[in-house]
Amino acid sequence: MNSRMLEEIQPFILPVIYAVVIVAVLPLLAGYIVLLERKVMAHMQARMGPMRVGPHGLLQPIADAVKLLLKEDIIPDKADKLLFWLAPLGSVTMALLAYAALPLGPTFQIADLDVGLLFILAVSSLGIYGIVLGGWASNSHYSLLGALRSAAQLVSYETAAGLALVSGLLLGGSLSMKALVEAQDQIGVWFIFLVPISFFIYMVASIAETNRAPFDLPEAESELVAGYMTEYSGFRWSLYFLAEYANMIVVSGIATTLFLGGWLRPLASVHQHLGLPFEALDILPALIFLGLAAWCAKLAMRQAVPVQKMVMFLFVGLFVVLAGAMAWSLTSPLMAGIHGAFWFIVKVLVYLYGFLWFRFTFPRYRFDQLMKLGWQFLIPLALVNLLMVAIGLLLHQHFGWWLLWTVILSNGLTLLFAAWLGSENAKPSSTEAEALAAASGGK
Amino acid sequence: MSEHRITDSLPTGTTVLGADEIIINMGPQHPSTHGVLRVKLKLDGERIVDSECIIGYLHRGVEKIAEHRSYQQFAPYVDRMDYVAAVSNGLGYCEAVEKLLGAEAPIRARVVRTILTELQRIASHLLWLGTHALDIGALTPLFYCFREREEILKIFEKYCGARLTTHAFRIGGLQYETYDGFEAEVKRFCTDFEHRMNEYEELLTENRIWVGRTKGVGILNSADAIALGVTGPVLRASGVQWDIRKAMPYAAYDLYKFEIPTRPTGDTFDRYIVRIEEMRQSRLICLQAIENIPTGPIMARIGKVLKPPPGEVYHGIEAPKGELGYYIVSDGTTQPYRVRVRPPSFINLQAFDKMARGSLVADVVAIIGTIDIVLGEVDR
Repeated sequence: MNSRMLEEIQPFILPVIYAVVIVAVLPLLAGYIVLLERKVMAHMQARMGPMRVGPHGLLQPIADAVKLLLKEDIIPDKADKLLFWLAPLGSVTMALLAYAALPLGPTFQIADLDVGLLFILAVSSLGIYGIVLGGWASNSHYSLLGALRSAAQLVSYETAAGLALVSGLLLGGSLSMKALVEAQDQIGVWFIFLVPISFFIYMVASIAETNRAPFDLPEAESELVAGYMTEYSGFRWSLYFLAEYANMIVVSGIATTLFLGGWLRPLASVHQHLGLPFEALDILPALIFLGLAAWCAKLAMRQAVPVQKMVMFLFVGLFVVLAGAMAWSLTSPLMAGIHGAFWFIVKVLVYLYGFLWFRFTFPRYRFDQLMKLGWQFLIPLALVNLLMVAIGLLLHQHFGWWLLWTVILSNGLTLLFAAWLGSENAKPSSTEAEALAAASGGK
Repeated sequence: MSEHRITDSLPTGTTVLGADEIIINMGPQHPSTHGVLRVKLKLDGERIVDSECIIGYLHRGVEKIAEHRSYQQFAPYVDRMDYVAAVSNGLGYCEAVEKLLGAEAPIRARVVRTILTELQRIASHLLWLGTHALDIGALTPLFYCFREREEILKIFEKYCGARLTTHAFRIGGLQYETYDGFEAEVKRFCTDFEHRMNEYEELLTENRIWVGRTKGVGILNSADAIALGVTGPVLRASGVQWDIRKAMPYAAYDLYKFEIPTRPTGDTFDRYIVRIEEMRQSRLICLQAIENIPTGPIMARIGKVLKPPPGEVYHGIEAPKGELGYYIVSDGTTQPYRVRVRPPSFINLQAFDKMARGSLVADVVAIIGTIDIVLGEVDR
C-alpha cells in the first residue's frame, strides 16, 4: 500500500469506525432500552419487572437475544418466500442507515451532509417498505391489515412531522444537522423554547411514525394479534423489533438535534451571561455516573447469590470507569466530543422516557380517530404554526422586534388557533350525528 | 358451451363474498376474545358487514353432569361456569335448591352470603375493567385492578380455603363460620377501595382517548336490549332499571339501601360507567352489612340426604354479569332430574352482532369486552 492510497482512504477511516461502532452497539443498546421499558412499565404498574436473569434482570436483554437467535425460523407455506425473507432486512437496514447523518456530538458523526435532515427523513420513510412488503408477503389477513394501517399512518403523520421540522429549519437556516445545533449554540436558547408547538407536533407525530402506543395500531395485539409481524418468528421477528427501536432512537435523535440543542449541555451559555469564569456544570456527567455506581453498589450489597453480586459489581465498575472517563476528558482535547455524546444520549433517553410514559398511560386510538387527529388537527395546526413562526422571524429579523415578543406573539396566536380547531373537531361530523340518531332511533 | 360460474356449484343459500370483502376469524385463540370465543367477521375494509359468534369450545356438559350427582355433589360444579364469579354461581344454585326444598337459610347465613356475593361482584367487575382497558390499549389499569382483586381473593381464601372456585356456600346455609377479623378485613378493603376507584376513574373516565374509543360504540337501545333478553349492566346501560336484587330480593338484599345505576345511551361508555357505579354500590352494601351481622345458626335444618319433593323451580339472581337463573326439575330422588342454567354471558353475547355491525375492527374488542363474557359460562 503506497502512501498516496493511504492519503486517499484517510478521510474514510474514522467514519467507517463510527459506522462499525453504531452497528455493533445499537442492537445491544436497543436490548437495554427494552429492559428499561420493562422496568419502567413494571414500576408504573406496581410490580417488579424482570428480576431473574442477572441481578435486577440486567442480563435479560442478552438472554432474550440468544433465545431469539436460537428459535425455529418459520416461513408460512403460502408466503412469498423472497419478499418474506427480504422485508425485515429492508426495515432494519433503513433504520440503521439513518444514523449516518445523526450527529452524536460535535465530532462523532459519520457524514455531515448538507441535506442531513432530508436524508434521515427520506431513509426512515423507506423503512415502511419493509413493513408493507412483510405484511403482504406473509399472506395473512392480520398481517395485511397491519401493514396497510402502518402505511396509511406513516404517510399521514410524516406530513405533520415534516411541517413541524420546517419551523426548526427556519430558525436554524440550514438542513445540515450539525449546523442546526450550532445555530442553537449561537442564539443561546434551544429551539424548543422558541417553537414549543412545533416540538409538541413533532413529538405526537414521531410517536405515530414509530408505531408506538397510543398509536400502535399496526401491531395492536388486542385487535390484529401482532399486525405485520404476526407470521414472523425468531431472528426475522427480532430484526423488525430492532428496526422499531432503532427508529425510536432516530426520531428521538432528530427531536434532540432540532429542538433540544443536540449535544449542547443544558445551560451551556449561562456562564457567559452571568460572568462565571468556569463551566461548573461540566462536572455533572462524572457525578451522574458516580451516582449510578453508588446506587448499583448499594443494590449489589443486597444480592444474596455471589454470582449476582459479582455481576452487579461489574456494573459498578463499568459506571466508575465511565465516570473516570468523563472526569479525565474535562482536561483533554476530546472533551467536546465525549461530553457532547453524553448529553446527546441523555436527551435521547429523556425523549424515549416520554414514549414509555405515554405507552403505559394512554389507551389506544382507533384507526379513524388516528387519521382524524392527523389530518384534521395536527396538519392544519402545523401549517398555521409554520406561518406564525415565519411571521415572527420576519418581525425579528427585518423589523428588529425583540425575540421574546415575537415568540410570545406567534405561539399565542397558534395556541388560539389550536383551541378553536380543537373545539371544531370535538363537534360530531354530520355523518356521525346521523349514525348516532339512527342507532338510538328505536327507543 | 354454456357459461359456467363458480357460484353455480355451491349449495343454494351460500353467501358469496363481494370483491372488497374479506373474512377474518378472531379466535378461538386470540388475545382479546376473553377465552375461546371465535368471532367470524366479514369485513369491508375495516368495517364490519356481518359477524357470527361461534361458541362451544369450552363445552363440558355441566348440565348433564348434574343429572348424575346428588344435589350437594353438584354444587362445586356450578363454580366452574362463571369461574371469575364462583361465589355468585354458588349462591344461585344453593338458593334454587333451597326453594325446591321449601327451606330457607338462617338470617346470619343470608347476610354473610350477601357480603361475599357483593365482594365477588366487585372482583368480577375489577377483572372486567382491567381486561377491557387492556383490550382498548391501556396497559396499566389491569395491574391495579388485579391488586384490588387480590385483596378480595385473600378474604375468600381465609373464609373457605379457595380463591377462585370457592364453593363458599352450602345448600341450607353456610359450612363455615366467618373467621376472626372477617368484619375488620372487609371493612378495611371497602374503606381503601373508594379512593382507589377514584384513581382508576382518573386514568380512564376523563381520558379523551378512552371516551373517544367507547362513546357511541356498540350502541344497544332499550327495545333491542329487552328483545334480545339481555340482562345485567348491559341492560341497565341501555336505560332499563331492572335489577333482581331490587325487583325480587333474595339473600338479604331487602335489608340494605342501594341504588341501581342506569345510563341512557347504551353505548360502551355507558356500560363502563354503570359497572363502575355498581362497584361503588356493592361497596356500600358491604359496608352496611358488615356493621350488623346477626347472630344465630348458619345452617338450616334440612338433613343430610336431600330428597326434594317432585316438582320444578326457577330461581334467578343478579350475578355480576346479569340474570343467572337455575331451573331445576326434581323427580323426588336424591339427584335432580334436569338442571338448566340460564347463563347471563350466553344470552348477552347474542347482542354482539347487533352492537358490532357497522363498526370497525378495533371496536370489536371493545364490544366483546363491554359485554363481559366468560366462556366457561357461555359454553357450560
